[in-house]
Amino acid sequence: MSALFQFLLRQGDNTLVLGHRVSEWCGAAPALEEDIALANTALDLIGQTQMWLGYAAEIEEAGRTADDLAFLRDAYDFRNLLLLETPNRNFGHTLLRQFLFDAYQVPLLASLESSTDQRIADIATKAGKEAQYHLERSQDTVIALGDGTEQSHTIMQDALNRLWSYTGEMFESDIVDEAMTANGIAPDPTSLRDVWNTTVDAALKLADLKAPEDNFAHKGGKNGRRHTEHLSHMLSTMQVLQRSYPGASW
Amino acid sequence: MSREWPLWEVFIRGQHGMSHRHVGSLHAPDEEMAIKNARDVYTRRNEGVSIWVVETRHIAASSPSDKGPLFEPANSKAYRHPTFFPIPEEVGKM
Repeated sequence: MSALFQFLLRQGDNTLVLGHRVSEWCGAAPALEEDIALANTALDLIGQTQMWLGYAAEIEEAGRTADDLAFLRDAYDFRNLLLLETPNRNFGHTLLRQFLFDAYQVPLLASLESSTDQRIADIATKAGKEAQYHLERSQDTVIALGDGTEQSHTIMQDALNRLWSYTGEMFESDIVDEAMTANGIAPDPTSLRDVWNTTVDAALKLADLKAPEDNFAHKGGKNGRRHTEHLSHMLSTMQVLQRSYPGASW
Repeated sequence: MSREWPLWEVFIRGQHGMSHRHVGSLHAPDEEMAIKNARDVYTRRNEGVSIWVVETRHIAASSPSDKGPLFEPANSKAYRHPTFFPIPEEVGKM
C-alpha cells in the first residue's frame, strides 16, 4: 500500500465513519432544527468522503471505486481515528466528539490547502468551509450544554471523561505521515496540537468543563492495528445492503 | 419559566439587491443559534446570501378581526393606482 493511498484512506475513513455516526441521528435528534443540522453535517462528511476515497481509488489503480472502498472493506482495513467510531451515546456526547474532531480538522484542512498535491489542495479548500461551520456549531453547542443546567453539565463532563483518551491519536505521527511531510503533501500531525489545544481549552473553559489529567491515548485506528469493537457493529449496518445484494444500485 | 426554546421568524435574502423575505419560523435557544438553525433549515439548497432572525414575540401584528376597517376602505379607491397615467415607451419597465 503506497503512503499516499494510506493517507487518503485515513482522510476518507475519518469523514465516512463520523458521517455515518452523525447520520444515525436522522429522525431521532432532540429537536427538528438539530435533526436537520446533524443531517446536513453528515451529508457534508459523506460528500467529503466521496472526494477522498474517490482519489484514493484512483491512486490505488486496482479498479476499485469510492463505493467499493466504503462498502466492501472490513473493519481491519479501515484507517479512521478511534474517536470517530465511538458510539453516539447521547446528543451531548455526539456534539462533543464532533467538536474535538472539528477543532483538529479545521487547521488540518487549512494546512492541506497549500499541499503540493493540487487535488488534495482542492478537496481541502472545499471541505474547509464546511468544517469551519461544523466547528462553529459544535463549539457553541458544547459551551451551551456544558454551561447549561446541572444535568446537561454532568452529561458533558461524563462525555469528556470518556472521549479524552481518544484525542491523542489525532496527533500521532508515523511512517505514512513522515512520507507526506517529506513531500510537502500534508503537515505533521504533531504540529496541529498547539492550535487544537488553544481552541479546545478556550471552549472547555467557557463550558465549565475539565479535561482529565491523564494523557493516556488509545491508538490503532489510523494504522488499522486495533479498532474498537464498535466499528464492526457500525459497518454491519452501514454495509448491509451491498453485502446482501452485491452491486445493487438505485 | 418555560423550558421550551423561543420561536423565531426567519427572513432570507435570496440574492444581492433583493429584500429579505419571510420564509418561516423555527425554535432556538438564542439569536446566534437561531441564525445557525435558519442556515441549516432554510438555506440548505443554496437559497440565501443573508439571514435575519427576530424573536416572534417582538413582532406586532394586525388583528384578523380588524380586516374590515383596515383594508376594505382601500378597495373602492382605484384612483390611488398609478394606472391612469400613460408611461412613455422610452421609460421602459418601472
